[in-house]
Amino acid sequence: MARTWAIIERELRRFRRSPILIVVSMIFPLVQLVVLGYAFGGTVKHLTIAVVDQDHGLQATRIRELAGAVAAGPQTYDLVNYADQGAALTDLRNGRVNGVLTIPPGFSRRVLTQNEPKVALIADNTDSFVSATLTGTMGSLLAAFNEPATPVRVPGKAALDVVEVYPYVPYIQYLLPGSITMSIFMMVMIGGGIIFIDDKARGLHEGYLVTPITKLELVAGFNISGTIKAVLAGVVIMVIGSLVAGIPNPLDPMRMARLFLVIVVTAFALISMMFLLMVRVTDPLMPRAMFGVLNTLLYFPSGAVYPQQGFPQWMQWIAAIDPFTYAVHAFKSLLLKNTGMEAIASDMLYLVAFSVVALTAATALFKRTL
Amino acid sequence: MATPAIDVREIVKRFGDFTAVKGISFSVAPGEIFGLLGPNGAGKSTLIRMLTTLIQPTAGTALINGFDIAKQSNDVRRVIGVIPQAMTSDLELSVEENLLIYAKLYGVPRAKRQTLIHDLLESVELLQWRDKQVKHLSGGMRRRVEIARGLVHEPRIFFLDEPTTGLDPVSRTAVWEMLQRIKATRDLTVLITTHYMDEADKLCDRIAIVDHGTLVALDSPLRLKASIPGRNVLEVSFSHVPEGWEATLRSLPQVEGVTGSDHVFRINSHNGPVTTLAILETAARAGVTIQSLAVQSTTLDDVFVHYTGRALRDALQGPSAADSPFMIRR
Ligand SMILES: Nc1ncnc2c1ncn2[C@@H]1O[C@H](COP(=O)(O)OP(=O)(O)OP(=O)(O)O)[C@@H](O)[C@H]1O
Ligand SMILES: [Mg+2]
Repeated sequence: MARTWAIIERELRRFRRSPILIVVSMIFPLVQLVVLGYAFGGTVKHLTIAVVDQDHGLQATRIRELAGAVAAGPQTYDLVNYADQGAALTDLRNGRVNGVLTIPPGFSRRVLTQNEPKVALIADNTDSFVSATLTGTMGSLLAAFNEPATPVRVPGKAALDVVEVYPYVPYIQYLLPGSITMSIFMMVMIGGGIIFIDDKARGLHEGYLVTPITKLELVAGFNISGTIKAVLAGVVIMVIGSLVAGIPNPLDPMRMARLFLVIVVTAFALISMMFLLMVRVTDPLMPRAMFGVLNTLLYFPSGAVYPQQGFPQWMQWIAAIDPFTYAVHAFKSLLLKNTGMEAIASDMLYLVAFSVVALTAATALFKRTL
Repeated sequence: MATPAIDVREIVKRFGDFTAVKGISFSVAPGEIFGLLGPNGAGKSTLIRMLTTLIQPTAGTALINGFDIAKQSNDVRRVIGVIPQAMTSDLELSVEENLLIYAKLYGVPRAKRQTLIHDLLESVELLQWRDKQVKHLSGGMRRRVEIARGLVHEPRIFFLDEPTTGLDPVSRTAVWEMLQRIKATRDLTVLITTHYMDEADKLCDRIAIVDHGTLVALDSPLRLKASIPGRNVLEVSFSHVPEGWEATLRSLPQVEGVTGSDHVFRINSHNGPVTTLAILETAARAGVTIQSLAVQSTTLDDVFVHYTGRALRDALQGPSAADSPFMIRR
């Protein structure tokens, strides 16, 4: 065990001497948190809609008034009037407008005669976010058109009342669990992947191997030191991230203690995984090349940025074994819902089991000789 | 004879279908400085790696201080100190920290660590740099850090793979002097590889020449030099040069060739002593005074070339684990 400590001591001393490394590995998840948080978190505003009124009747005017109210109120879109449908469509293709709302001739008459009146929305569906927003707003606009004044509720008609259990969660807070996990992963990647292989390539491990250290002592030394480094990164991002994202009551000691536990367990799971991936690698380019792939494969399916229910089947399988999934879920429970241990127990169990499997396999593959 | 410090028995190492070491045997007595010479790719590092338990031999074995390298690796590790060919000191750590970590890895008792490290740093003359990070030191100083590191657990047998390659002549001499000084105060056996024949000649008690994975010569430097057909160069300066003097010189026994200008001649001889004697006699008979005479004897370089030939060893091999882009190979 004394030899394990010697390895840990070496790793940590070296870590302390590379402040740039520490800073860089922490900046990435923070930048990601803030930029993604604000890039995706906002509601879409000021789209441009071309209105082509070919009817000019009273009902057409009502539609245009309702649309104008949205443009003035939530400012989801701005309206531009077009006389010619062809010109509007050309501008749609050029990207000058995001959608074309056409009120066909005879619309007002059809409304009055109740003869299936229709308006057409032609949306630029290359941007699904934008077209979904437009379709949604137009849908409710027509609903308002159909039920003028205060609708009398038919007692037998079911209505949905949504009860929000937790206070409103801004997107940046939704992202924070993923960012903490990412910061742990970054440190694992740099400390346990890149530096580990560089040391190996430079022959530093050759120096260890001629000493009477055992295989288990070496494996323990590498993994414990890696875990310590990753925990440090996780804790720093957890604290800074909570403040930046505005998590309510961020320094609650009980929650911090639980978060710390999740950070430790996650760090250990990720370092075990990295060690397994790197145990037979000798080429220093390898961890660098793997970085992007691993990052994408672990982060996005984990539910850190988008709910997993929206994934295709194959991606849900990745998500099911991805340790990020469980870490993110546990961090979400603690940060967004302030739950107790019961809510995260199964996550912790999975991560511990994952570590045991990965580390056992890695130890079996680890060679005590060159 | 006591148990040899190193006893190599028919050791073989194959990498795939390439045999790097083809059944080498030799033994090194305690206290000896044993030199391992050979061209690039001869298998020296591979041999050292097997002896230091870094790789397993394919066949054969070796006993280090009586311990079998394959079956008693940990006992072997405790009695050896190793300086690998690549520079492996920890650049980010200070000189002293480098030694301290290794003292801990070797389980040197806490009470002994400080004095041991102090003494070692003193003998490699790095005491004043003990707190400096190794990355700020020159190549020669780094090598000395590694030498001190390799001795931090007071090993009985010290393996050094090309410790002086890449160093300037002054640092090179310093390294050897330190090694000799350390060896004088401790009970230490040294196995060293080098490409510098002059070093090996001066410092090694015995020398083994390895080529293509086999042992081609093994003896003391003196005897090795005596063992090859003489190729001496005599430089003689005469007071005056009589008519046809160069032809006279050329006809002397064992002379291979003569070049000369004015009254100074370079004479290549198969046998220095015989030719020298003949020159003295001939000059005396002709009434020519010899102003100076120098005999350059066989060097270890000649021995090396004699045994290994002049062909360059370029051959393609599959990439080896040791050849990564970051490895500081020298
Ligand atoms: N791990 C390996 N896999 C395959 N081939 C190897 C491996 N290690 C060494 N070799 C080959 O074995 C041969 C001997 O290499 P070795 O490093 O022992 O030579 P050396 O005598 O130390 O040479 P140098 O003077 O250049 O250091 C070389 O041809 C080398 O390419
Ligand atoms: Mg070598």
